Amino acid sequence: MTSTTARTTLRSRSTAQTDAPRRRRSSFLPTGAWWVVNVCLAVLFLYPLYILIIQAIKSPAEAAAVPPTAFPHQFSLHNFVELGTSQGGLSLLSSLGNSLFVSVLTTLVTLVVSTFAGYAFAKLPFRGSRFLFFVTLVTFMVPFQAIITPLYLTLKDLGLQNNLVGLSLVMATFNLPFGIFVMRNSFAAIPPSLEEAALIDGATAFGAMRRVMLPIAVPGLVSTALLTFFAAWNEFFATLILITDQSKYTLPVSLSILSAGQNNSVNWGLLEAGVLITVIPCVVIYLILQKYYVAGLLSGAVK
Amino acid sequence: MLGVVFMLPAMVLLGAFFFWPLLRTIYLSFFDASILGQPSFVGIQNYADAFTDSDFGQAVLFTVLYTVIMTPVLLAIGFGLALLVRKNTRVTRVFQTIYFIPVVIGMASASYLALYIWQPDIGPLPNLLGRLGLGNASTNLFANFWTVFLIVTVTVVWKVAGLQMLLLISGMQSISTDVMEAAKIDGAGAWQTFRHITLPLLRPTLALVLVFSVAGSLLAFDQFFILSGGGPENSTLTAVFQIYRVSFIQFHLGYGSALSILLMLVLGAVSAVQMLLLRNSDNS
Repeated sequence: MTSTTARTTLRSRSTAQTDAPRRRRSSFLPTGAWWVVNVCLAVLFLYPLYILIIQAIKSPAEAAAVPPTAFPHQFSLHNFVELGTSQGGLSLLSSLGNSLFVSVLTTLVTLVVSTFAGYAFAKLPFRGSRFLFFVTLVTFMVPFQAIITPLYLTLKDLGLQNNLVGLSLVMATFNLPFGIFVMRNSFAAIPPSLEEAALIDGATAFGAMRRVMLPIAVPGLVSTALLTFFAAWNEFFATLILITDQSKYTLPVSLSILSAGQNNSVNWGLLEAGVLITVIPCVVIYLILQKYYVAGLLSGAVK
Repeated sequence: MLGVVFMLPAMVLLGAFFFWPLLRTIYLSFFDASILGQPSFVGIQNYADAFTDSDFGQAVLFTVLYTVIMTPVLLAIGFGLALLVRKNTRVTRVFQTIYFIPVVIGMASASYLALYIWQPDIGPLPNLLGRLGLGNASTNLFANFWTVFLIVTVTVVWKVAGLQMLLLISGMQSISTDVMEAAKIDGAGAWQTFRHITLPLLRPTLALVLVFSVAGSLLAFDQFFILSGGGPENSTLTAVFQIYRVSFIQFHLGYGSALSILLMLVLGAVSAVQMLLLRNSDNS
């Protein structure tokens, strides 16, 4: 009894004491050293992005200069203008369009399909639905790289090979387990009384889902949308194999043709401008919707 | 009944683009098949071939080497970053965000960026190293096994460390502060608290982070395809890269499927072993 009291007082005192050193951000380093280490690391992490930006806005002559200039002497939008012109049958602007099409379609399909399935798993269980959920999670264990050959053949049978819709369906499928998992958890967290109230008020099951449940599940929806969009936007391997027509390539794969160079010379300014337009949407969306992105990532990872 | 209807689209997609191709991979792996022509049944010949195929053997060895080096490096750096910025204050959140930015950039984009940064003569880093007297700016770093390996490692660390950091921070923050304070009261120093409280309680997170980085490394493709093209002299071909070559350049679809099944089994085994190891040592 006494020892418990002693411990409690000790603890409250120690809390009071830590108030001052609490400002220290690490228990391992003194504040000054902590700042030095973090600022150095931040410079290292941001350096490649700085290089990316200045390389993209240099004039073609400066972009190929030896030694490279540390900052652009002349600001030029030449590389971005050139993105629209055809480079040996390859227009990065149409690749950008393909990327957008594939990413948006993949995200929409994943969202709609995983919302319905997640809702069914959470609120409308039936005989065998537990087994189906387990089956869905098993797909997490198999990398799609391992089944890419038959995927190619299956798309061919369906007439969807070398087709952006086919590619989107494949990418949506591989994002589904994650989406279903997140959406099931979002719906499961909503108390049943809310749904019952809606049903009593005369809503149909579908109406209850759409009007009452869906608005509450918005954070889950945003997380799923973000992670799926990023995955589709950055996908390289699947596009490389399932799309055989250069004019249908997405940005990451188109850039591989640019980086291989024509007549043994790579247009580095143009390549990095292409990389920059690939990178910017991801970074901007991440910075704006960071909260949802991180929450989705954690809920999906710590399953 | 409505539940079945709601689930139907998901099951159709998973069936058509996951389970059907999966079954087909298994089926194809027993055939000598190419894109055109009639496949012929060869039994387990493809699997037997895989074990004597020196090209695939070399790719497997290289993939293992890459994984064995990448995993501890990533873990150490991710852990270091997590320890640095694990507190939840405005300033630490800014640094967390900076370290995490490369994660949202695709592996392909990161690789194209590294391809330029390390180019001989025009690349800024060889230039910088040359000026510091650490090498010649004109040396082609992509033509040598170890330098290209180092470039890939640095690129992947830059791109992935932030993810490991984030997962570890979330693990660290879920450890109750009561336990930490109790340890402090009992006279434990920073190192002791870390060794005896943080580390054991972090085991599930560590398992997760390890599975992520081992699986990611075993499946590596983009970074090698772009940065080394598998060279010099095929020395940086990974398992997935070799499967890609067998299936889509040489068009041996049956053999490629057998290799895929082997890769799948290895991945399954690795994550099972890792989970078991980390779970068992929990009781000690």
